[in-house]
Amino acid sequence: MTYVIAGSCIKDDSCVEACPVDCIHPKPGAPDFETAEQLYIDPDMCIDCDACVEACPVDAVFADFEVPEKFGYALDLNAEFFAEKSTAERTRTAA
Amino acid sequence: MTPSGGTARVAIVGAGPAGAFAADRLLRARGDVEIDLFERLPTPWGLLRAGVAPDHQEIKRLDESFDRQTLDRGCRLFGNVEVGVNISHEDLMRHYTAVVYATGAQTDKSLGIPGEDLPGSWPATEFVAWYNGHPDYRELEFDLSGRRAVVIGNGNVAADVTRMLTLSPDELARTDVADHALEALRESRIEEVVVLGRRGPAQAAFTSAELRELGRLDGVELSVDPEDVVLDPLSQRWLDELGTFTARTNVALLREFAERDAQPQCSRRIVLRFLRSPVEIRGAERVEGIDVLRNEIVEGDDGSLRPRAAGEDVETIECGLVLRSVGYRAVPLPGVPFDERSFVLPNERGRVLASDGDPLPGVYAVGWIKRGPTGILGTNKRDAEETARCLAEDLESGRLPSPEQPGRDEIDALLAERKPDLVTVDGWRAIDALELRAGEEQERPRVKLSSREELLSAARPAPG
Repeated sequence: MTYVIAGSCIKDDSCVEACPVDCIHPKPGAPDFETAEQLYIDPDMCIDCDACVEACPVDAVFADFEVPEKFGYALDLNAEFFAEKSTAERTRTAA
Repeated sequence: MTPSGGTARVAIVGAGPAGAFAADRLLRARGDVEIDLFERLPTPWGLLRAGVAPDHQEIKRLDESFDRQTLDRGCRLFGNVEVGVNISHEDLMRHYTAVVYATGAQTDKSLGIPGEDLPGSWPATEFVAWYNGHPDYRELEFDLSGRRAVVIGNGNVAADVTRMLTLSPDELARTDVADHALEALRESRIEEVVVLGRRGPAQAAFTSAELRELGRLDGVELSVDPEDVVLDPLSQRWLDELGTFTARTNVALLREFAERDAQPQCSRRIVLRFLRSPVEIRGAERVEGIDVLRNEIVEGDDGSLRPRAAGEDVETIECGLVLRSVGYRAVPLPGVPFDERSFVLPNERGRVLASDGDPLPGVYAVGWIKRGPTGILGTNKRDAEETARCLAEDLESGRLPSPEQPGRDEIDALLAERKPDLVTVDGWRAIDALELRAGEEQERPRVKLSSREELLSAARPAPG
C-alpha cells in the first residue's frame, strides 16, 4: 500500500519533515516547489509508517484504502507526479 | 506585572495565517519572546476564516494548529483593535522591541474598464467576505435575480465564487457559510455562471484540485468549448517543455470536460471560456451585460506568453452580476514605508527598509504585505520562518533598542483606555465555543456570528 496526499494540501511542509524515507516531494528549495499546488507521496518509496498523517495539520493524507471518494483521483495523481521525473532526479536537482 | 528586564516583546499586526505562522516560528526560534497579536476583527485567523471557501472545511481545520501553536503557548490576542486607528505605529514602537506587520492585501486590483463600478459589478473578494461572514461586509446586497453571472478571472478565488454560486442550497447548508448569505443564495435565480480567462487553458491559474471540483458538482453541468482547448503552438510548446505539473493536469482536465455530453437535466451550468478579455461592463443603471474581445497568445520580449487582442469583434454576454477576480492588492499603513509600485512594505527577507535602504530597526513584514499576494497557505510558513530568523538574529546581536515603555502593564493600560471593548484570548474562546455549539445543533461545522455587536457581546464575560 501507500499513503497519498489529496487536494486539500496547503503545502505546509510538516509531512516532509516527518517522513523518515524522504518520499514526499517537491521539497522546499527544489526547483518545482514554488509552482507545485500540493505535495505528493512517491508510492514506490512510501513505507506506510503513518508519520505524515500525524504531521498534517489539515488531514490531507490518506492511506490508499481509505481515500474518500471525492479525492479518489489522488492515487493516480501522486503516482503521475513521480512518473514524470524520478525521485532520484528530484533529489539531485534539489541539492 | 512588568516582566524582568531583557524579555523581548513583539507585536504582530494581523492575526491571519501569516501572523499566526510568524508567531509560531518566532517562538520556535526564541522561546523567551512575548508575543501580542493585534487584529482589527474580533476574531483571529484572517482569510482562513473569511477567505477559504465554506465547503473547504478540511483546510479550515488549520485553525486548531494555529490555536495550539500560538494562543495555547501564551501569545496574547488583542482583537477588535485596529493599528493605525485605535493605536499608532509609533505607539507600538514605544511599547515593543519589535513590530511585525502581517496585514495582508486588503483590497482588490481593478480592471480599468468602463462600467466597472456599475451596481451589480463587484470585486469577488467582497462576495467572498460576505458569504464567509466578515462583519464589515454582511450588509452588502448581491442581486442574484438574474439568470446569468459572469466571473472574471481564472484563479482559485474565481473558482471559489463560481462554486458558491452553483452549489445546491442543501450542500451549502451543511457548511459554515454565513446565514445571511445562505438565505440569499437559497433565493438565487442564477442558472449559469460564465468564467472568463484572458489567457488560454495552459495558462489558467486554477490549481487542478479546484478545477477538478468545478467538474464534479452535483446537479451542475460544466461546459467547455472543444475549440477553446486546442492549444496554440506557443502554448503547446511551453506546456511540453516548461509547463508545470499543474498546467499539464489542468489542460488534460479541460480536454476531458470539453468532451462531455450536454447534461440538460442539470439545473445549473458553469461555462469556462478562455482567451477572452472584458472591455466594457454595460448597463443603464445596473449591470446588463459585458463586452468581451477575443485574444491570442503571443510571446513577449522576455519570452513570456501573453494575451493580445485578436481582432475587433465584440461579443456581448448578457448578465445581471459580474464578479471581478483579478487579484488582491495591499494598502499602505500609516507611519510605515510603502512601496507604491509593488504594493508591499519595502523589505529584505522581512526586515522593513527605510527610504535610505537601511533596515528600520525593529520593524518587520511577513506574508502578502511582504512578498505580494502570491502562494497558498503553507507558503506563509517558509515566509514566516525567514522573517522570524531575521528578527531572532537582530535580537541576538543586540541591534534592537529597548522600547521606552517595555512593560506589559503599560501597553495594557494604554489599550484599556483606547479600546475598552478589545477581544482577548478568552473572548475569542467564548465566541468560538458559541459558534461551534450552534453548529453542533444544526449539524454544521459552525454557525458564524457575523456582526461586530454579536461577536463583541459573545466575547464579553457573562455578568456576575
